[in-house]
Amino acid sequence: MTDPKPVTPPESCGDSGCGTRREFLGAATAAMAAALTGCGTLSKEEFLQHNFRELSKQEVLDVIARLEKEYKAKYGKDVKVANTPAIPGVIFGYALDLSRCIGCRRCVHACVKENNQSRDPEVQWIRVLQMDKEEGVNLQHADQYYNPEEVPQEGHFYMPVQCQQCKKPPCTKVCPVGATWREKDGIVVVDYNWCIGCRYCMAACPYGARHFNWGEPNLPADQVNPNTHYLGNRPRPKGVVEKCTFCVQRTRNGQYPACVEICPTGSRKFGNLLDKDSEIRYVLENKRVFKFKEDLNTQPNFFYFYGV
Amino acid sequence: MKRPARSAGPTPIHPPSCGAVPRKDIPMRFPTLSMLVAGLLMLLGSAAFAEPPTAKPPAGTRVENPGAPEGIEVPKPPFSEGIFPCTSCHDGKSMKPNLKRRELTDMHTDIVLNHGPASRWCLDCHDANSRDNLHLASGEKVPFTASYLLCGQCHGDKLRDWRVGVHGKRTGHWNGEKQYLLCVHCHNPHSPRFKPLKPLAPPAHPEEIQARKGGAR
Repeated sequence: MTDPKPVTPPESCGDSGCGTRREFLGAATAAMAAALTGCGTLSKEEFLQHNFRELSKQEVLDVIARLEKEYKAKYGKDVKVANTPAIPGVIFGYALDLSRCIGCRRCVHACVKENNQSRDPEVQWIRVLQMDKEEGVNLQHADQYYNPEEVPQEGHFYMPVQCQQCKKPPCTKVCPVGATWREKDGIVVVDYNWCIGCRYCMAACPYGARHFNWGEPNLPADQVNPNTHYLGNRPRPKGVVEKCTFCVQRTRNGQYPACVEICPTGSRKFGNLLDKDSEIRYVLENKRVFKFKEDLNTQPNFFYFYGV
Repeated sequence: MKRPARSAGPTPIHPPSCGAVPRKDIPMRFPTLSMLVAGLLMLLGSAAFAEPPTAKPPAGTRVENPGAPEGIEVPKPPFSEGIFPCTSCHDGKSMKPNLKRRELTDMHTDIVLNHGPASRWCLDCHDANSRDNLHLASGEKVPFTASYLLCGQCHGDKLRDWRVGVHGKRTGHWNGEKQYLLCVHCHNPHSPRFKPLKPLAPPAHPEEIQARKGGAR
């Protein structure tokens, strides 16, 4: 209304300028936002959302309500996003029996289903390494692409590797924006809405446990696991890093992680390190236990042991 | 290097129901000695109650396994279809028990016994007089739902680990109710070696990943 000049159609624009000043500024702001966020579909609320740890209780509820609405629109079904906090007096520990694992990869695929990983491009949080018995735990002789008719193969043993939930995690130390941190129960988590996708954490992790969504995650709607956690298995956007969370959506409700539930050989043991009667404590006190890459002083809460 | 078992070690050797068995054998001529031993057993028994490995069954755990002395709840043993109860054929009337060690030719020929020394045979574990039960080396009968006691006679270390939830699979809750499996759910008792499996699909090899239109991959 303040500008009396009639709007000229864009075709008739010269090189000197186009449209009104208001239109130009609007377009410039939109372009700026798109350039800054790397994507043009962000809502204003999402764009202005703070780090998860800085949100008030009400803000968390608002964020969760917004996410649930978005997921409902995208997948056509109700996806519950929880924000269950750590249970006081609990530090999670995990132990994997190398003498029992047969490398069947049931855990890998159960994890993909439970944690809503992208099917294609493929993201998998567990890598099962086939190792040479002659060589022992030697990554020079590890193969993750083995695919024989039957496992275990003669002369080999199998070592699944996933996030070791370190007490001194190098990945959280290098994050320039504080989008990843160690929770009170020992789980290292990522705020996918705060992650800028720089992948420093992936470079820092000595276990290859972090995975980047290079493409738009492809998660078929009928395969979405609707029981999710904000810091865990809720569907992720493109351009963020994700990792194993010991199935935070299950374990904070007392359940075993999906990989423990599926393992046909019972090689995977899980529990509270602070409970002296737990399975995990029995393993640590009575079995031969080692930590993977112990010399790096990452101090994992994930242990490997020999059950026999 | 194996570290010594924890202090709850005696628990597996003296489950409450077995306590009576060794006591019977103590000669009554030495009342003081027998009392001492009985007292020791009771002490051990109480220790077992005070510090049971997994046995702190959380409140609300259902005990649906009356045969299991420790009240460990297990699913139904994996019988071949229609084979249980054994007494539907072995009723002791139409078929008299034949205790002679032999190769079976009429029935159960599908069972290949590949477990322990060659001299082992059916009635080492199955009970000839009470067909729906198994029996320990001592002659004590155990139901099929408590077959782990039988396995534990030779594989005591495995039984000890199984009780605390370290050998074998546990499902359910890490801080609450857990589901156990019997030894025989994973190990066929007649041929116990764990059967190999077909591995699920391997991860995509980087060379096989096709670049997509629009940049990433």
